Amino acid sequence: MFDLKGYLPMILDGMVITIEVALLSLTIAVILGIAGASAKLSGSRIAYSISTLYTTLIRGIPDLVLMTLIFFGGQILINNLGDQFGWDYIDISPFIAGTATIGFIFGAYMTETFRGAILAIDRGQIEAAQAFGMSRLLLFVRITLPQMVRHALPGFGNNWMVLAKTTALVSVIGLHDMVYNANLAGGSTRQPFTFYLVVALLYLAITGISDLLLHWANRRFSIGIRQV
Amino acid sequence: MSKPAVVVEGLHKQYGSIEVIKGVSLTAHEHEVISILGSSGSGKSTLLRCINLLEIPTRGEITIHNELIRLKAGRSGLRVPSDRKQVERIRSRVAMVFQQFNLWSHMTVLQNVIEAPIHVLKVPKRQAIEEGEAFLERVGMYDRRDYYPAHLSGGEQQRTAIARALAINPSVMLFDEPTSALDPELVGEVLKVIRSLAEEGRTMLVVTHEMDFARDVSHKVLFLHQGKIESEGTPQAVFEESTSAPFQQFLARGAT
Repeated sequence: MFDLKGYLPMILDGMVITIEVALLSLTIAVILGIAGASAKLSGSRIAYSISTLYTTLIRGIPDLVLMTLIFFGGQILINNLGDQFGWDYIDISPFIAGTATIGFIFGAYMTETFRGAILAIDRGQIEAAQAFGMSRLLLFVRITLPQMVRHALPGFGNNWMVLAKTTALVSVIGLHDMVYNANLAGGSTRQPFTFYLVVALLYLAITGISDLLLHWANRRFSIGIRQV
Repeated sequence: MSKPAVVVEGLHKQYGSIEVIKGVSLTAHEHEVISILGSSGSGKSTLLRCINLLEIPTRGEITIHNELIRLKAGRSGLRVPSDRKQVERIRSRVAMVFQQFNLWSHMTVLQNVIEAPIHVLKVPKRQAIEEGEAFLERVGMYDRRDYYPAHLSGGEQQRTAIARALAINPSVMLFDEPTSALDPELVGEVLKVIRSLAEEGRTMLVVTHEMDFARDVSHKVLFLHQGKIESEGTPQAVFEESTSAPFQQFLARGAT
C-alpha cells in the first residue's frame, strides 16, 4: 500500500518518543491537577489565588507560544543564573522542555477537571466520613478519590486525547518525535503526504486504544451507580 | 442516676449575624433516650450536629464521657478544634444517622458497615465482617449485604446506615430526623429498629418529628423554639402538662 522506502523504523522510533512524552507529561499534569484542585478547594486564600493565576495564565496562552517561551526562555534564564553561580553551560534537552511544558499546560486543565469532580461528590457522604472519625487523609483516599475518579473520567479522557495530540508540538523545538521524523522522511523522499498520512494513522491508533481503555475504566468506576 | 454521657453547656451557634442556637444546655445520661422536637428552623438539627462537631459551636462547651472537647479561636475569629485527633477519636465513638442516609455510594452495604471499624478503629478485617454481618442481620439487611446503596429503597438505606452506626460500637448514637426523608410506608420498619435500640439501653439523642416515638420511647423530651429550650422533661411532663404556647401550636400543626 505505502512504499515507505525503509523509513518505517525511524517513524516507529519517533512514535516511542511521542508515547514517552505523552505519558510522562500526563503524569506531571495529574500531579499538578490534584495539587491545583486541592489548592482551589483548600479554603486558603493564598493557595486559591496562586492556583487561579496558574489556570488563567495557561488557558490564555497558546500551547505553541508557551512551549517556545519555556524552551528558549528557560534556557536563557538557567544560563543567566549559571553565570552568576559559575556553572557550566546547561543545555535543556527538548525532551525535558517539551514534557515539562505539556505537563504544565495540561496540569491547568486537569485542575479544573478535578475541582469539578470533587465538587460533584455528595456533600453528605463526606460528612458521614467525618462523622465516623476519618482523618483528612483517610477521607481523601477512601471516599473522595474513588468517587472523584468517576466524575473526573470524562474530562480526564478529553484532556488526555488533546494532550496526546499536543505532543506533535515538540517537533517544533527539535525533538525527534514521529512528526519530526515524518517531516524528515517526507523531505528526503519527496513524499510528505505518505508520511504524514502514516503519522495520522498512528495518532489515530493511540487515541483509539485510549478510547477503549477509558471506556473500560468508566465502567469499572461506575459500579454502584444506577445507569440511566 | 447513671453517669452523664453527653453534657452541653451554654451552646450558641451563629451563622454570620443569624443566631440559630441561643444558649442551650442539656445532659444525656448513659442509657437515656432523649427526643429533640421543634419546628424547622428551631435549631434542633444544628444542636445535634454540634455534638460531634460537624458544626463548631460559636460559644459553649461540649463534654462527652467526661472529656471536654477543646476548641480555640481560629484565624478568622471562629472557633476551631484545638486537637483534631481528639475530635476524630470522639467522633469514632459517637455514631450519627443522617436524614439523607449518606451511605457511601461506591461501596456495598457490607463495605459501608465495615469501613469505619477497619480503617478508623483498626479492627481486623475478618472480625469486622463477622460483626458487620451480625448487625446487618439485626436490621434485616443481611440478604442485601452485596447490594449498592443506589439499588435500595430509602428504608433499606436507612437500616443499613443504622447498622453502619452500630458497627463502631458507639457509646452515644445521634439520629438526625432519621425517618423524615422516607416514604410514609417505610417509616415503620426504620422506627422499629430504632425502638429496639432504645429498649436495649443505648444512649441516644434523636431529632424527630415522630410524636408517638418521642412519647413512648424517650426518657426525656426537649422542645426547641427559636434556638432555645422552650420545654423539657419526661414525655408525660412535656406532652400532658406543658402550657407553653409555642409547643401547643407545634402539636396542633404536627397532629397529622
